[in-house]
Amino acid sequence: MNSRAHEFEIVIVGAGPAGLAAACAAAENGKRVAVLDDTPWLGGQIWRGEQAQPAQPGAQKWIERFRRSGATLIDQTSVIASPRPGVLTAEHPSGGREIRFQKLILATGARELLLPFPGWMLPGVVAAGGLQVLAKHGWPVAGKKVVVAGTGPLLLAVADGLKKYGAHVVSTAEQAPLARVAGFGLKLLLAHPGKILQGLGIKSRLLGVPQRFGVWPVRAEGDRQVRSVTLTDGQKTWTEDCDLLACGFNLVPNVELPLALSCELCDGFVRVDKWQATSVENIYCAGEPTGIGGVDCALAEGRIAGLAAAGRKDEARQLFAGRARWHRFRAAMAETFALRPEVKTLAADDTIFCRCEDATFGRVKQFSNWRDAKLQTRCGMGACQGRTCGAAARVVLGFGMESVRPPVLPARILSLLTISSDSTTIAETKITGTNQTL
Amino acid sequence: MNQSFDIVIVGAGIVGAACAAACARGGLKVLVLERGPIGGGTTAAGMGHIVVMDDSEAQFALTRYSRNLWQDLRPQLPDDVEFDACGTLWVAADEEEMAEVRRKEKFYSERGVRVEVLDGKGVAKAEPNLRPGLAGGLRVLGDAVLYPPCAARFFMEQAQRHGAEFRSGEVQALLPEGGVQLRDGTRLSAGRSVNAAGACSPALSPGLPVRKRKGHLVITDRYPGYVHHQIVELGYLKSAHSMTKDSVAFNIQPRKTGQMLVGSSRQFDAEDTGVDQQILDRMLRRAAEYLPSLGNLVATRVWTGHRPTTPDKLPLIGPSIESDRIWLATGHEGLGITTSTGTGQLLADLLLGKTSLIPAAPYAPARLAKGEAHHG
Repeated sequence: MNSRAHEFEIVIVGAGPAGLAAACAAAENGKRVAVLDDTPWLGGQIWRGEQAQPAQPGAQKWIERFRRSGATLIDQTSVIASPRPGVLTAEHPSGGREIRFQKLILATGARELLLPFPGWMLPGVVAAGGLQVLAKHGWPVAGKKVVVAGTGPLLLAVADGLKKYGAHVVSTAEQAPLARVAGFGLKLLLAHPGKILQGLGIKSRLLGVPQRFGVWPVRAEGDRQVRSVTLTDGQKTWTEDCDLLACGFNLVPNVELPLALSCELCDGFVRVDKWQATSVENIYCAGEPTGIGGVDCALAEGRIAGLAAAGRKDEARQLFAGRARWHRFRAAMAETFALRPEVKTLAADDTIFCRCEDATFGRVKQFSNWRDAKLQTRCGMGACQGRTCGAAARVVLGFGMESVRPPVLPARILSLLTISSDSTTIAETKITGTNQTL
Repeated sequence: MNQSFDIVIVGAGIVGAACAAACARGGLKVLVLERGPIGGGTTAAGMGHIVVMDDSEAQFALTRYSRNLWQDLRPQLPDDVEFDACGTLWVAADEEEMAEVRRKEKFYSERGVRVEVLDGKGVAKAEPNLRPGLAGGLRVLGDAVLYPPCAARFFMEQAQRHGAEFRSGEVQALLPEGGVQLRDGTRLSAGRSVNAAGACSPALSPGLPVRKRKGHLVITDRYPGYVHHQIVELGYLKSAHSMTKDSVAFNIQPRKTGQMLVGSSRQFDAEDTGVDQQILDRMLRRAAEYLPSLGNLVATRVWTGHRPTTPDKLPLIGPSIESDRIWLATGHEGLGITTSTGTGQLLADLLLGKTSLIPAAPYAPARLAKGEAHHG
């Protein structure tokens, strides 16, 4: 049986672009490195499936490089707490794990922002990125009428991916106005010709798909399943039939683990210095948690974090200029896809705001802060621990973020126990008499 | 200064809110001041167990009286209070603890509280997920569970319907002439102030013999039917009684949502709010001794809170030793959710000069005056 405690010089949480780049930089400099990831794969959310079905050369390059680097992948392992400095406890399907580190790099990525609107709970209304992943894994979308709505560069990529799997993409609705998106495209073209070509590549497949800008969904309709979505441009309102409504309002950073480790935030993102070091000694952060910047920004930050953690500051310094370029891109992206006020007021009083606890928007909005709302309506207290509604509440109601309590992710009670020689004394006995619903 | 309020209550935890409701119902002009959310302190950290206890005659009197008041309120309680009369099951691991079951049965029965003694088979039938081979248990039928933050809000709303006022604000000092001074320097006058600041009450009443006793709780995902009662080990009494050492005891509560709260721990001199991995470990291992499959359930959150504890484990209800203008409603230890109703009624009766249904003397702060601070 494997030892349950592991020790590394540098531990990286997240095997997406930032984590892979950090791991390579550190391991290639002779450090003993481990990367932890929730999934069995390398690549994170953005390169999900690349390991099994290679499609993007960029992803392949990094996956290959990681394999040669000597870094260890500890897969299917979710970090749940840090009981003391230098130690992480984590959950693996086979049980609890204790991982010790000298330096830690957090590359926890981002998730989609879902904003509640009337009908968003109907079956068939799905997260845009989530639908793309489902389609990749063989969930049938062929022949289905899909409307893709929300904001951010991910929308077109999702529409493109769905078309590839045979979906009939009825339209895309980007809430940002065309002028702003076009301005962003122009900036992109001037600064990063490669990026715009990638964008054009997507566009060629989306020929014939109406791409609307300055348009957003106001409600989804249907009885037991979504049948149509009502869209508006602020002047006129119309309805489009669909079998699926793929929605996403850009990304929110996964800052729960950084917060649990007491890292300071600034405007909702992890505050880092030029070495990607957080406010907590020996803890670094790279990629989306420091700002939504996309793959290349994450790679640049990840490499700097890996080099800095490995003590290669001179080499890291060489990469500052490149990172600065991506930081400008990141700032332009934030400006371009900033949410218009109208999409923050879509929820009606009877719209479910918290899906885990069935708290309606009408109840949640009575409170002036997240803690009050949580205590009184239990929103954010369910299985997802506010990952969806907490992010929505920050955007829609301007609520702040609360401190994160362990476990960072729901975990088996067994996994909360200290790893010790008698950690198996709690038998894995069958549960009787319970009907496990939900 | 216009004396616009009869009383100003500091703290809108469940005790402060229940005092406000009872006083406002009694016709007093009430102001409640709270620096955080309503029911956001120890109220939000606790389990929400409505339980009759038999540690002393005084504790029994207050918990039974309070439970009766809860029963009376039941038809008025909104759904989100999640009142569930699931009863308490005290489990006995061995014959020594069975002797305690029989002692408790006699005590409760003689005083008109409905209980049932279960043998080992009866316990296994009532709670199949408990480990086999337990000696038996005592089922206390009228006990219940509820969701405390919403119960506190219910009391606050009831108070407001009877004319009480609620304000957000942090109190810096209780004034000897009645009233309070806020952190920003504002003075609010009132006939009397009531320190209902729970675990934080000594900050406003220096020298008050209220100590913080830290506890940990774990909440699980939804497993409806996993347990049916609030289940407490009888060993709980031994550990809860120890006033010196850190202790853990098995205590689990089914919520109406299917979630469960798993406890409990007790620690003195642990002012921080962080999760103590060692205590959490002991607490969960203890719980798993009773529920062998517990380790496989998913926990969604762990948190801590501080109980306001007095040397004799009875709350402080009434005028402070120092001043008849400064009153106390604090020191409820782990029983504040249960005894909030009784505390509110006793306090209102005392303020209004009415005779209470139970004697208030055992809870009078004067009992802890210098020289009398020893307890048996």
